[in-house]
Amino acid sequence: MSEPPMVSFENVTKRYGSLTVLDGLNLTISRGEKVAIIGPSGSGKTTVLRMLMTLETIDGGVIRVEGEPLTHTERQGRLVPANLAHIRKVRAKIGMVFQSFNLFPHMTALHNCMEAPVKVLGLSRAEAEARAADLLEMVGLSNRRDYYPSQLSGGQQQRVAIARALAMRPRVMLFDEVTSALDPELVGEVLQVIRKLGEEHDLTMLMVTHQMGFAREFADRVCFFYEGRICEEGEPKAFFQNPQNERSRQFLRAVLEAG
Amino acid sequence: MWDWAFTLEILPALARAAVITVEVTILGFLIALTLGLALAVCRIALPWTRLPISLLVELIRSTPLLIQIFFLYFVGPSFGLTLDAMTTGVLAVGVHYATYCSEVYRAGFESVPRGQWEASVALNLGRATTLRDVIIPQAIPPVVPALGNYLVALFKETPLLSAIAVLELMQTAKIIGSQTFRYTEPITLVGLFFLAMSLVSAWAIRRVEAGINRRYRR
Amino acid sequence: MGLRALAVLLTLTLATILYLSRLEDFRIFVPGLAQGALMTLRITAAAAVLAVLAAITAGLLKLYGPAPLRWLAVAYIEVFRGTSALVQLFWLYFVLPGFGITIEAYTAAVIGIGLNIGAYGAEVVRGAVVSVARGQWEATVALNMTRAQALRRIILPQAFAAMIPPWGNLLIELLKTTALVSMITLGDLAFRAQQMNQTTMKTAQIFTLVLLVYLAMSLTVTLGMRLLERRAARGILHARAA
Ligand SMILES: Nc1ncnc2c1ncn2[C@@H]1O[C@H](COP(=O)(O)OP(=O)(O)OP(=O)(O)O)[C@@H](O)[C@H]1O
Ligand SMILES: [Mg+2]
Repeated sequence: MSEPPMVSFENVTKRYGSLTVLDGLNLTISRGEKVAIIGPSGSGKTTVLRMLMTLETIDGGVIRVEGEPLTHTERQGRLVPANLAHIRKVRAKIGMVFQSFNLFPHMTALHNCMEAPVKVLGLSRAEAEARAADLLEMVGLSNRRDYYPSQLSGGQQQRVAIARALAMRPRVMLFDEVTSALDPELVGEVLQVIRKLGEEHDLTMLMVTHQMGFAREFADRVCFFYEGRICEEGEPKAFFQNPQNERSRQFLRAVLEAG
Repeated sequence: MWDWAFTLEILPALARAAVITVEVTILGFLIALTLGLALAVCRIALPWTRLPISLLVELIRSTPLLIQIFFLYFVGPSFGLTLDAMTTGVLAVGVHYATYCSEVYRAGFESVPRGQWEASVALNLGRATTLRDVIIPQAIPPVVPALGNYLVALFKETPLLSAIAVLELMQTAKIIGSQTFRYTEPITLVGLFFLAMSLVSAWAIRRVEAGINRRYRR
Repeated sequence: MGLRALAVLLTLTLATILYLSRLEDFRIFVPGLAQGALMTLRITAAAAVLAVLAAITAGLLKLYGPAPLRWLAVAYIEVFRGTSALVQLFWLYFVLPGFGITIEAYTAAVIGIGLNIGAYGAEVVRGAVVSVARGQWEATVALNMTRAQALRRIILPQAFAAMIPPWGNLLIELLKTTALVSMITLGDLAFRAQQMNQTTMKTAQIFTLVLLVYLAMSLTVTLGMRLLERRAARGILHARAA
């Protein structure tokens, strides 16, 4: 057997009350793969990322990260809910960037990027600072390291948030509509950073996006969600040029019309 | 440690005292509600009263109710204001909480959009009519729960009246204690009475609040 | 009231106290009242420390504590908010001995008042913590921080700014509540006032002076909290915008 996939959703179900948001989802993502998740509003895209980040509980099925169950442990061949220590160990491989940035408002850009490496990974302050400074340089914000979030533009805040997530050296990065809260002229600078990250082959990326052009050019694979299921998936070129499913076609038509 | 026979024996006296406590609460709160509203309206209607009223409010809110009770009770007579203990207590508690209520009303008035005043001007309504018929009916309902909280707060301060020997619950418990040398039962019972009343009031206020939110949705 | 108005009022109050205390009619009260004021301040300070500790503990336990501790916190908050401060003081001072626990009046005063205000403070702490945006918690999960780390480093510092104004009010309530300790024989301001009232009968002078001293203390607390608020606002100014 070859090495296990980076992430796999196996028959994953999520409900809110009587509403089934994800319905037996199966999705396998290999190491280094860049996956774009698209679909209409309410189709469950955010839910997929939030479950992988353990921000939502799982109602059925199992999520594995490098073969290891995320919120379960195997005991005598059966899956039982795992304790927090196990979850934290597996979760350490995953980082997330939010639509609304969620930077810590009482810390400078640099300290936002140092906090978790020091407290969670146990780095010395000097090591953490060096790492944070490198990452801030990578996102083009070396000259803003001592600014507070409120002193930064939306695009700059989102780039700090990306640096903050990367400082934990995750294997998988989740992006949930990270440009949706930005003014149009600031979208480019954030996408540029993500593009740069993509060149690092080892990093696996899952991104929910409404930027079809970006998805097409950047992703290795596109998954189209509809009502809690993957309705169609495939290589971006094929998908965008010649969608097979009626729903995907409708969706693409609507998105393209909107511009 | 706990004597049930003694408990039963003192219950009637405490029940009579509870009536006094409730009386003080209701009378005091009526003063607080009306005087508080008067203060709040004054500040709006007569701008020159703003400074003296805020000074008075600050003075009363910044100093202990107990001292105010003493002041009224002991200093009042030298200004020709001789009141019995019960009246003094009701007045002191009422005036003290009037300052709290006036701030609540003020918040209520401020929550009414400016446009309401402007619309009233456009309709050529007088200031008094505007206040009475347009502003107050909108300003009061949202602050009813806050006023309710002060009713409970006032209720819990009535034991202070024992300092001038008003025969409310606390004073009665103290007298029983000093006569029988048993404080455990009377004081615990007084505490339980307050706890029960507070919990019931808190529940009632939540109900009222929910009702108001449903009706006025702000 | 604005900062400047508060400062002016405090200065005026202090000047009046100073002026009165030199008058023939008032001078005899000064030593006694000074002693009383000292006791009032001591109780206020000690009870304030206890109140803050109790509030943080109970507020956080009510939110995040394991079941039995959570119930304990809820019971503490409800009992101390639901019964009257004076009843609590009497209970500590007169009833506890019946259970074989005798405490000094001063200890009873600090514990009673501290726990009473702490119960109200617990709700302030809880409210402020809950008001921190949910995204902040989510970010701490994404960074794999523990709940304790998240609370200490991310949530509480942001909640702190929201807590200052209500704590200002609570500290005034605390100061006012200390007047009750005169009823369990402690020699605070209120106690000295009554004592001297009985011996000299200069009622108006005594109580006027005492009211002014309490006013000065309250204004000082308010002023201090306002300054703190301003500093915190400057530090977390950034918090609001983000
Ligand atoms: N906490 C919640 N409680 C109840 N329902 C929820 C909750 N969170 C999400 N939902 C519902 O789950 C469904 C999927 O939500 P999700 O956020 O995953 O959609 P999405 O595909 O990300 O949509 P969008 O493009 O608008 O972000 C929606 O119908 C939403 O209303
Ligand atoms: Mg979404």
